[in-house]
Amino acid sequence: MRALVIDDSKTMRRIVSRVLVGLGYEVVEAADGQQALDAMVEGPLPDLACVDWNMPVMDGLTYVTQVRANPAWRGVTLMMVTTESEHGQIVRALAAGAHEYLIKPFTPDALKDKLDLLGLIPVAAGEPS
Amino acid sequence: MSIAPEAFGFVRDLVRRESAIVLSQGKEYLVESRLLPVARAEGVAGIEGLIEKVRQQPHGPASRRLVEALTTNETSWFRDGDPFSALRSTVVPDLAPSRATSRRLRVWSAACSSGQEAYSTAMTLLETPAVADWSIEIVGTDLSSEMVQRARDGRYSQLEVNRGLPASSLVRYFERDGAGWRVNAQLRSMTRFSELNLMRPFPTVGRFDVVFLRNVLIYFDVETKRDILRRVRQVLAPDGYLYLGAAEMTMGVDDAWERVAAGRSSVYRRRKDVL
Repeated sequence: MRALVIDDSKTMRRIVSRVLVGLGYEVVEAADGQQALDAMVEGPLPDLACVDWNMPVMDGLTYVTQVRANPAWRGVTLMMVTTESEHGQIVRALAAGAHEYLIKPFTPDALKDKLDLLGLIPVAAGEPS
Repeated sequence: MSIAPEAFGFVRDLVRRESAIVLSQGKEYLVESRLLPVARAEGVAGIEGLIEKVRQQPHGPASRRLVEALTTNETSWFRDGDPFSALRSTVVPDLAPSRATSRRLRVWSAACSSGQEAYSTAMTLLETPAVADWSIEIVGTDLSSEMVQRARDGRYSQLEVNRGLPASSLVRYFERDGAGWRVNAQLRSMTRFSELNLMRPFPTVGRFDVVFLRNVLIYFDVETKRDILRRVRQVLAPDGYLYLGAAEMTMGVDDAWERVAAGRSSVYRRRKDVL
């Protein structure tokens, strides 16, 4: 499975990527929403995009809206991964088309729990838990 | 200090065997932080001393305390999501027709810890069309008064709501509460919590349609397990369902139960031929 990790913080990208790679994902990173859209136009489509909210050039909410506006990208599962934690913001992100929402800081297990909810744990990586 | 790989391996194997909970690599910190107080209470030197004691008495109290320290409160929302999907897809559709007149459903979360199982059940039932508008009562009990108070408050930290709770459920059933979140009035009105020791005779708890008794019996010896299962039978409706932990079973303990196919879940009913 393929994942796109979108965050302007290199450290955050590394943390998220490490968990995904550990689960068997092929990961591509992008530093903002526009870079991520470009990667989706140029390369193979990801199964999952983990996207931060506040980023320069194009923020995560705009990215989610843009992805949802393109029917060809319907198969991409979108998860916001952000410090934004107000009730109304989560509602906005879900309304814009995000499937899940993970609030920073989070543990690797919390990220795996979310992937489990989304049915996005690659079979080979499933722990007998 | 940090825990030696052999020691971690021993603890991981023991916990997996006793509780079916898997401590993955990276949980070394959890093991250390939870086991040092146990070692102190047992009067042994550090985690190595505790492990030595458990090796000598594999079924002794130190062993049970070790497992308990690593499994209790390891609770996330739709923990092992399968029991809740089985509730929606198998258990409720089976129970609902015979209760269509009373439109009542009672569930017991028999070791509710900080309440996630009870609230997850409430959320699941509210999203099960057949019973969503019924009178639903979920009773959570726990040995620990501190846990009962936490469950009743329904307040959870940001880290806790991150564990296995879908974002759509978070925004629908929770409200912000300072730096954390609190379950909303609707969920609180469906649940009540009280202290209860499963080893003692149950107080008047009424009759339940579903009982969750997951990952609890592992702490007891066979005689106690048998006694608890027998008393659970007395408070469960004749056609009711019992949930055990994924690796637990009634076989050889109390043969009045039969396992029911419900996804991958360990769900049991009373055998019709045993009273």
